[in-house]
Amino acid sequence: MAKKVKDPVVMRGTKIKTSTGSKIFDVCNTLFLLALCFVTLYPMWYVLCASFTNNVYLVSHPGAVWWPVGFTTGSYSMAFEHPLILSGYKNILIILGVSLPINIIMTLFCGYFLASKGMMFKGVIQFLIMFTMFFGGGMIPTYLNIRSLGLFDSLWALILPGAISVYNCIICRTAIQAVPDSLTESAYLDGANDLIIVFRIILPLIMPTIAVLLLYYGVGHWNAWFNASIYLTDNYKLPIQNILRSILIANSNILNSAATDSDKVNEFAEAIKYAAIVLTTVPVLCIYPFLQKYFVKGVMVGAVKG
Amino acid sequence: MSQNVVTYKRPPLLKALKRDMQLHFWKYVLIIPILVYLALFCYKPMYGLVIAFKNYKPARGIWGSKWVGFTWFETFFKDPYFFRLLRNTFRLSAYSILFGFPAPIILALLLNEVSNNKFKRTVQTITYMPYFISLVVACSIIKIYCQADGLFSQIGQFFGAPAQNLLIDPNKFTPIYVISGIWQNIGWNSIIYLAALSGIDQEQYEAARIDGANRFEQVLHVTIPGILPTIMILFIMRMGSILNVGYEKILLLYTDATFETADVFSTYTYRMGLQSQKYSLSTAVGLFNTMVNIVFLLFTNWLSTKTTESGLF
Repeated sequence: MAKKVKDPVVMRGTKIKTSTGSKIFDVCNTLFLLALCFVTLYPMWYVLCASFTNNVYLVSHPGAVWWPVGFTTGSYSMAFEHPLILSGYKNILIILGVSLPINIIMTLFCGYFLASKGMMFKGVIQFLIMFTMFFGGGMIPTYLNIRSLGLFDSLWALILPGAISVYNCIICRTAIQAVPDSLTESAYLDGANDLIIVFRIILPLIMPTIAVLLLYYGVGHWNAWFNASIYLTDNYKLPIQNILRSILIANSNILNSAATDSDKVNEFAEAIKYAAIVLTTVPVLCIYPFLQKYFVKGVMVGAVKG
Repeated sequence: MSQNVVTYKRPPLLKALKRDMQLHFWKYVLIIPILVYLALFCYKPMYGLVIAFKNYKPARGIWGSKWVGFTWFETFFKDPYFFRLLRNTFRLSAYSILFGFPAPIILALLLNEVSNNKFKRTVQTITYMPYFISLVVACSIIKIYCQADGLFSQIGQFFGAPAQNLLIDPNKFTPIYVISGIWQNIGWNSIIYLAALSGIDQEQYEAARIDGANRFEQVLHVTIPGILPTIMILFIMRMGSILNVGYEKILLLYTDATFETADVFSTYTYRMGLQSQKYSLSTAVGLFNTMVNIVFLLFTNWLSTKTTESGLF
């Protein structure tokens, strides 16, 4: 017992209060949380198993899969050879490569401006920025705007409109506010301007926040599909999520039409769907656990000061 | 002498401007890209909203099109689909709030009662996961499970339901939408409550114990009041988007057969505007949607500041 007393939660229930009811609750609670984990994990496990499963088995045995049956990696080699899936990957990597530096630099600048004091126009500019969180043009005016800017059917239509998220700017502002003023002041005295301060002093000090922002922006771009579906007409410009959508949701034979060997595509028709899901989901799922400890800070800030 | 003091206190506007620009020159330079972005991608579309009051013809441009006043709004309100859209939007939203809003609070309270930290952290990591899965993938999995011979249908058959594709049954759409939404967001949304829970002073629990409170009473009288301000703020924000049902998800999941219960304002806007090119009408629908949201946000905020003294503004 002595060892456990350190834990406040256990302390709350110790001695007289460790009643039978309390114990029953603990058991039920653990069971419930385990069930929740199972419900969360099973679909992933299902998809993973199905992607390695023999296509014939998959077609004849829909429903629960517990283990890959007739283990094969054919669906993956199929997916990696397919021109549309490859171009989907290429496009999303281009989008990420161009977007993320823009996102981070713009967010950093905006956060720095919002965190500084004393500018005459700060109130006006802050209002202009915050106002967009509550009011916007909506779907159709935004669409017409993209057309009128000449971004239609270009990857820029996916990059520029998402250049900055006000929510993320607020996260960044709060991180910058936590940097002691004396650091920036001494830099001023040494003759540094704000641009140097942002990159040489602020940026290294808020690296954990930058990592979280990279994750938020990155996952946002990686998972987006709607804008690509309305702004792009060329199949070979579509990012991977839209290719997935065509295969899985619309059930279109987009893969057949573009494949050099359509018999082979048909052979893996069912399993390739699962392989494609795994390939688009795994990269994100590998990154987030490492940044998990920083989530609390980011979420807290955004919601409370929004 | 006194004149000098006066001029010092109130420098002429131009001089003050010049001083401000000199002092904060680089800060203004840094904010220019953001202002350009806001002008091009946020405020220009807001100007584009005027086509809701015009008969917009792409060839004539926004300014050249004729003013028609509230004609499009009238057309929309008289549309036989209007009530169906209103009903569906509110139904999906109301059920999402009714079940989706308390779910992460309950998860946070249950996690808070777990004494084994390793187990707690594992559960957290696992429940965050669906949040990072794309909607396309989540909806694909839903679709696969809901097929006539899919997992859900097989479970249904076990309990005596006929084999059918669940996604073409209008009555099943709301539960599918709400439950999958909870599945995807429960863990992520619980983060903020867990953070609020860790901020509660442990001495309050000690005091409650000395007064003879059991675990349930401690939750009721210490834990819940402790996170109530957080709950209220999130509730206001949620109410502010009451008509913002997740249209991306609906677009991925609905079919002609489920329009009866699944078609909402934003999906209607999408079909009218982007598929039928009725730009003015769909802009009016979108604007109506936004305005209702703002009214709800202001109302909930007012109500919350009145009753719990915590609000957004």
